[in-house]
Amino acid sequence: MTTLTLAKALNAGLRRAMTDDPTVMVLGEDIGRLGGVYRVTDGLQDEFGTRRVVDTPLAESGILGTAIGLAYRGYRPVVEIQFDGFVYVAFDQIVSQLAKMRRRTNGAVTLPVTIRIPVAGGIGAAEHHSESPEAYFAHTAGLRVVSVATPQDAATVLRQAIACDDPVVFFEPKRRYHLKGEVDADLALADAEPMGAARVVAAGDDVTLVTFGSLVGTALDAAVAASDDGVSVEVIDLRSLSPIDHERVAASVRRTGRLVVVHEGPRNVGLGAEIAATVTERCFDFLEAPPVRVTGHDVPYPPARLETHQVPDLDRILDGVDRVLGRVPLAAAGPAGAARTEVRA
Amino acid sequence: MPDTMGRSARGDLSRAGRARTGNDTTDTTDTSGATSPDGAVGSGRDEKVDAQVVGLLDADGVRHRDPELDRWLADVDAGTDEADATLLRLYSDMVTARRLDTEATALQRQGELALWPPLLGQEAAQVGSAHAMREDDFVFSSYREHAVALVRGVTPQQLTPVWRGVTASGWDPYSVGMATPQVIIGAQTLHAVGYGFGILCDAEREPAGAPGDGTAAVVAYFGDGAISQGDVNEAFVFAATWATPVVFFCQNNQWAISEPVALQSPVPLAARATGFGMPGVRVDGNDVLAVLAVTRAALHRARTGGGPTLVEAVTYRMGPHTTADDPTRYRDADEVAAWAGRDPVDRFATWLRARGTLTDEAEQRTRAAADDAAAALRAGCIATVDPPPLAIFDEVYAEPHAGLAAQRDAYAQYLGSFADEDEHADAAGDGVTRGAR
Repeated sequence: MTTLTLAKALNAGLRRAMTDDPTVMVLGEDIGRLGGVYRVTDGLQDEFGTRRVVDTPLAESGILGTAIGLAYRGYRPVVEIQFDGFVYVAFDQIVSQLAKMRRRTNGAVTLPVTIRIPVAGGIGAAEHHSESPEAYFAHTAGLRVVSVATPQDAATVLRQAIACDDPVVFFEPKRRYHLKGEVDADLALADAEPMGAARVVAAGDDVTLVTFGSLVGTALDAAVAASDDGVSVEVIDLRSLSPIDHERVAASVRRTGRLVVVHEGPRNVGLGAEIAATVTERCFDFLEAPPVRVTGHDVPYPPARLETHQVPDLDRILDGVDRVLGRVPLAAAGPAGAARTEVRA
Repeated sequence: MPDTMGRSARGDLSRAGRARTGNDTTDTTDTSGATSPDGAVGSGRDEKVDAQVVGLLDADGVRHRDPELDRWLADVDAGTDEADATLLRLYSDMVTARRLDTEATALQRQGELALWPPLLGQEAAQVGSAHAMREDDFVFSSYREHAVALVRGVTPQQLTPVWRGVTASGWDPYSVGMATPQVIIGAQTLHAVGYGFGILCDAEREPAGAPGDGTAAVVAYFGDGAISQGDVNEAFVFAATWATPVVFFCQNNQWAISEPVALQSPVPLAARATGFGMPGVRVDGNDVLAVLAVTRAALHRARTGGGPTLVEAVTYRMGPHTTADDPTRYRDADEVAAWAGRDPVDRFATWLRARGTLTDEAEQRTRAAADDAAAALRAGCIATVDPPPLAIFDEVYAEPHAGLAAQRDAYAQYLGSFADEDEHADAAGDGVTRGAR
């Protein structure tokens, strides 16, 4: 065990994956000599050479397309998209090519490509550097989508993603790159929690709070604040966004009877909708209140000086908790943006 | 144009090029705008340099000499039985490809195929280039490269299932060294570059692994429309800067559905190569010998560390874009007739007969073999059965996926619920019953 930042844990995970498997390659912009704009690939080119840690031309579709070709040839590419908002120009290569190739070839071609994407806002960045595009990829059959929240998961889940024979979109919460934690970078993957499993990170009885990535820490803070107020909140780190571990979520809601889903991406057709719908289908008889979503607004990500109004914070999460507990009238459309609930007269 | 085997060849072959393109005012070999509706595209450039097309066999079947190209054809020019067999194989593949194309078009008209993209007119470009490859090479193609597929070893029966709508891939890419044809225009060119980069990485990991004449290489096939796609241009950038062993083989068949090539580019497509830092060569795509020579040269360059080459095979799509298209809406009969006079199969046959290689008996044998292949394609097509409904859930993921497994089970149960209503119910209740009704 070593104390590492989340960024350093990713670096350790990459190094371990490259050491374990000579077919693992890392490709992206500025990842070689510079070590990546967030230094996640720091030192890897010195250690593994320019054929395995490859600076690419500045063209995201080109990066994904060539990674597909490398995987076709038997390699296991890990590509870095420098910022979340830059992934869209590679959309066809991801959703039409990478995601569908196994199915298209009736299983003959396996493309174990991992796409690392620093994601979400809260860092005062320029436009297109703070997006939460997870729903696009979770919506696409053939992809797996994960989002890590802790240094240990950063190291372990990244190794799992690289080892997985399916393409994996791997979201890194850039706001938490400097979060420190104890990390065993060499943890045997056989002993690790499965990549697709959600995790209860704080036990509670009154409300189930489901979130992922950069907001797991905020949700834990909210749980502490709520406990001061006598409310016991169970926090679930979803970890895998596709597939979603609905069973773990449903098991919790069956006990608490109340669900709040928190994410930074826009609400409309976001992950919160899928989780709320599934919980309603599976746990209808256990629900004490309609599920509540605390999300980004359905707006383009705002300029940095206004981003605190887009990213759910402690107060908005607590407002969501109050709402699901009936402490704030559900019918009111409050700052948490809870759905207006029609009350039968 | 960069220095390339094309430069010297072009100089020597300008005579042949002019012999073909000459003063023919309906000629569309030149992309300068002969097919452009407004005539504005292509003005103001040096057409004398850019438009020249290298070739060996003119439209009348007369063989012209060129040392730069001929040196790649020593085996077929040897005059031996083996050389003649190679020439007849080229001819036979072209004839068979055309015959299969006719059969598949007929099957579409008869309702057995949903769609078919004909290759009529492009036989030489495809057969010539495909014959330049080694077995360990790999192809990433578009959807019209039926003749390439045949040469790579795809069977006639494997050509139609995709167009019948029963699968997205007619063959295992690794079994023939050719990827599943690509529908998204140009997307496959990047896959080719990545695969080629993988070849370079393999060669460094196992330096002794490559044969004496260099590493394996990749051929990316695409059309004139694709030259406008971002992916194709990114593929050029990546291949040129990484020096990957790739041949970009562009079949300029003059039309992207209804859009003339002049709408894609005001300069010959091969001239695009210059800015990317790779050689570009324009070859008469209806001249199977020239295509073979040019592709061999480009592959040799790729295998031996020279990086990518852009080959523009100037040809013509004699038929519609697909069986759903009506080209009479956008192009003149005169233009089509002019290109019919440059037919790739006829010109090769003329030359082969004149030199005594193609006898009447060989011609009959070739036609009979093509008919047999067409019969096999037809029989295979008609015998194809729809997959069971639950096959839609197969191979979406390589590893277990609980969510999808649950969806599959639920749908199987739903389909099974119809079994009771059907006296021919499938006892296994696996959903085949309802799907078959």
